[in-house]
Amino acid sequence: MENMKEIVREYVIAEYVEDDSEIGFDTPLISGGIVDSFSMVSLKRFLENKYNISLPDDEATPEAFDSVNKICNLVNKFLNK
Amino acid sequence: MAYSDKSRALFTETLTGLKDAGLFKQERFIHSAQAADIEVEFPTGSSLKKVINICANNYLGLSSHPEVVKAAHAGLDSHGYGMSSVRFICGTQDIHKKLEQMVTEFLGTEDTILFPSCMDANAGVFEAILTKDDVMISDRLVHASIIDGIRLCSAMHDTFKHSDMEHLESKLQLHNNRRLKVVITDGVFSMDGDTAKLDEMVKLCEKYDALLFVDDSHSSGFIGKTGRGTHEHCGVMGKIDIITTTFGKALGGASGGCVSGRKELVEMCRQKGRPYLFSNTIAPPIVAGVIKVLEILSASTERRDKLEKNTEFWRNGLLDAGFILKEGDTPIVPVMLFNAKLSQDFSKDLYEEGIYAIGFFFPVVPQGQARIRTQISAGHEMHHLEKALDAFKKVGKKYNILGKTKQEIIDMYGM
Repeated sequence: MENMKEIVREYVIAEYVEDDSEIGFDTPLISGGIVDSFSMVSLKRFLENKYNISLPDDEATPEAFDSVNKICNLVNKFLNK
Repeated sequence: MAYSDKSRALFTETLTGLKDAGLFKQERFIHSAQAADIEVEFPTGSSLKKVINICANNYLGLSSHPEVVKAAHAGLDSHGYGMSSVRFICGTQDIHKKLEQMVTEFLGTEDTILFPSCMDANAGVFEAILTKDDVMISDRLVHASIIDGIRLCSAMHDTFKHSDMEHLESKLQLHNNRRLKVVITDGVFSMDGDTAKLDEMVKLCEKYDALLFVDDSHSSGFIGKTGRGTHEHCGVMGKIDIITTTFGKALGGASGGCVSGRKELVEMCRQKGRPYLFSNTIAPPIVAGVIKVLEILSASTERRDKLEKNTEFWRNGLLDAGFILKEGDTPIVPVMLFNAKLSQDFSKDLYEEGIYAIGFFFPVVPQGQARIRTQISAGHEMHHLEKALDAFKKVGKKYNILGKTKQEIIDMYGM
């Protein structure tokens, strides 16, 4: 889980952060304006490819993607299925 | 009565919230025609003040040009005031078709369809040509009207970092399996005044078999050696698949817009573009005015050449005075102040000096990037620019920001 958190955090920083903002595991990503909900598709594709899972659209919501911790919870839910 | 006290209180609370957050927009009433010299009533109820306008999109100074006004009068006399119909019922006149052909020729495309505004063109075009099997990949700083158009379309959507070609390529690779891929950008970005790298984008689109969409609203008429737009500037005329642009800025400044590009895509808009199908097109006097604008611009590059010289004078003058500008060479010249309150105070002081320029701050621009956005026009004479420059220097001196670095300004005023 810790490793996954780091991987997701690294991806979020590389993909979305264009200044020196720090991203914690609970930093609000979408409601905090760091990740545009329009740009979520890349994150979803990254998670699906990295963890060999399929995230249904009704689960991959802005709320479920709103922090590194929430993203990891979602991924784990489908990893364990 | 359906509009209960509860409903009124709800909206009042929302509006109060906007005021408290400093996001409440107020109009300033201009009592003259749009031009370099205008008369403004601000605050409402105050006596008129003569000021120099350096915040209009009137890049070529054609908004009140006598020949354009005369042509609009003639169009009103010959073709009437309105059409009272959408295009495909009984709302298309010979002059609408003539204007579409002239725009096609001016932009060097295959075909053109008029829309009531470029906002409508951008709102309608994606839904008309794409399906859920396709993907739209847009620059993260595209105009709000494009974002609205994307929202209305069922195709997948992704973004790339502003003008970052490596990031764009990674997105084209990521989505390579979609039926159609459309790369979406502004030609000139309205808030920063920088220009899209269309030459590089064309190469990437050819490599990955993607369509290229450009909104050239802040370019048409003056960017490029003959003013055709960003595609001329970047040497890719004929290689942009979809261009949208407006007649509400440089091209007369009244209203109206269009989609211009590959003939099949334009035809799809004619068959399926909802703002085209369900609203009247541009009114006859405005069509006649835009036709005259294109005649003027096709006959001579004098106005865009003057705009280029004015812009060079203005940028150099501000840089020599010690202001921090966003880099670029377009007539959109953002003077960076970084702090929101400073941008508002600076704008107020400029107004007192007889200069009309507006401060922009978050959320219109990113946090910590507040600025005065100045826009230069071919309608400006040297005395306008000199007076404006003197005012900027005076106000800049007052706030002690001339020659200061970004960090020094932030240390004084905060982000």
